[in-house]
Amino acid sequence: MKRDGFLKRLAITHIPVALVILLAIGPFAWMILTSLTPSAAIVAKGVSVSPAGWAPDNYVRLLAHTDFLGNMGHSLIVALGTVALGLVVSVTAAYAFSRFRFFGRRVLMLQFLLVNMFPVVLLILPLFTLMRRLGLLDTHLALIIANATVAIPFAVWMLTSYVGAIPKSLDEAAMIDGCSRLQALRRVVLPLALPGIISTGIYIFITAWNEYLYALTLGGRHVRTVTVAIQTLIGEYQIEWGLLAAGGVVGALPVTILFLIVQRRLVGGLTQGAVKG
Amino acid sequence: MSSINEALALEAPGPRRRRRLRRDAFLPYALLTPAVVVVLIIVFAPMIEALVTSFYDYVLFRPNAAAFVGIANYVKLFHDPVFWTSLWQTALWIGLTVPLQMGLGLIAALLLNRDFAWRGLARALVIIPWALPSVVIALMWRWIYDPNIGVLNDLLLRLDIVRAAIPWLASPDVALYAVIATLTWQGFPFFAVMILAGLQGIPKSQYEAAAIDGASAWRQFRHITLPGIGPILATAGLLRTIWVANSIDVIFVMTGGGPGYSTYTLPLFAFVKARQNLDFGYGSAIAVTFTVILGAIVAVYIARTMREVER
Repeated sequence: MKRDGFLKRLAITHIPVALVILLAIGPFAWMILTSLTPSAAIVAKGVSVSPAGWAPDNYVRLLAHTDFLGNMGHSLIVALGTVALGLVVSVTAAYAFSRFRFFGRRVLMLQFLLVNMFPVVLLILPLFTLMRRLGLLDTHLALIIANATVAIPFAVWMLTSYVGAIPKSLDEAAMIDGCSRLQALRRVVLPLALPGIISTGIYIFITAWNEYLYALTLGGRHVRTVTVAIQTLIGEYQIEWGLLAAGGVVGALPVTILFLIVQRRLVGGLTQGAVKG
Repeated sequence: MSSINEALALEAPGPRRRRRLRRDAFLPYALLTPAVVVVLIIVFAPMIEALVTSFYDYVLFRPNAAAFVGIANYVKLFHDPVFWTSLWQTALWIGLTVPLQMGLGLIAALLLNRDFAWRGLARALVIIPWALPSVVIALMWRWIYDPNIGVLNDLLLRLDIVRAAIPWLASPDVALYAVIATLTWQGFPFFAVMILAGLQGIPKSQYEAAAIDGASAWRQFRHITLPGIGPILATAGLLRTIWVANSIDVIFVMTGGGPGYSTYTLPLFAFVKARQNLDFGYGSAIAVTFTVILGAIVAVYIARTMREVER
């Protein structure tokens, strides 16, 4: 009887779930296997599934013969800059939206939601001409500004929902105890909202790290981020899948792990549509 | 110092209190100023510039020859067969990708909502496609689709499903569907996570009551689960429609729009025109047209969300 139940559970739960998970991680797992198989072996015998055929060749080549670590440095600067710009201007805006009812609140909130929906392609052309005029092409600042077009609206919405969850009575109490509005914001609301601010920041970091089109259009020889660099690994004469896969793994793994850590916190913001997928 | 003043102001009604109230009325605007100003400068101003550019004959490598041409770019656009091909493919792209993502996401969510030992691990792993950079996804799938040594052809040949290797991304009949499959894979975890959140909001007691009444699993799904997650499906579906419509990075890296024009969507058409031909006037006209078309969907979504915010 018990055995029967186990078989049934295996058939209707464990196996279907395993299939879905296999679908979700299979392609990336295949890429990891590809990165571990030396390039010559891929062409000759295909990707090696057993550890016997694995070697760190592609990773050695990636780190020793390409500037991939330098590219990761550029991505890091751009992503951190975007997080800083995105959070700094959004925290006070989120406080205003969640604590005050004022004329124009609806329109302004709508504006931030709307911005997130605009096609990248509509923005990318004028941003390119703008950066060219300002002489900012191929600088970190250009990419930070471009990424902020996504990060700021996102941060405003996420933080509004986080700050909204902190009871108003807390800042009122602080104000009765003699704090001004801004002191209440700094001493009471900010510390309580910190977990939300951190996960919003991490999500901005991830999207800025993963961003490709702006990096391709506004970057260049000096500022080449990981996403653009991975494509250059593809090789001039023939496609170097092993090297490419190694670049993909190294470039994607850090943010993937970050994403897994913060994803639970994001679900609240998701349902409000603030998270760009 | 100011905190003492504030405290005094609180205790003593009169002119000070009134000043404080007036300052409070301005405070939200002051707090919003940085975000609003930055967004005006980096989003709205460029967008207006794109609109203006679309009325000019503006090619990047001869900027001095830029001339105002009125709606000529738009007239040209509506006579351009590539525009109509791209428009149709955009519709196909959205019409297939979003329902497929939703369907797969729904199945994943229903499975992950069950009670089993490794549920936490499974829920974490299913998100991976969502976390990966688009470029990595696009290149990864190009590798999987590779006509000579790609794993997909290898598997299909071994299982005797196909006779000869299929050039997935090189054949004009298949390429668009191959890219749609990739985008489905990228986007289904988003639906799974959203729907899972919705499923957890449905009280267990409803299912217990239905089971006592003898309702079959299918009837429970139709009459409890679906109504319970309906609003989330609608919101997520709309949101996803907008993003899938906008998303060009995966197509751009996988096929660049080719072979021929067979994987062009409207935003990709605009991007390629501007990037390869440096024809910013025409590219902007395409981008503006696309934005107007998308605007209808965005309007529905915004109306829905703002209703919720007001509550």
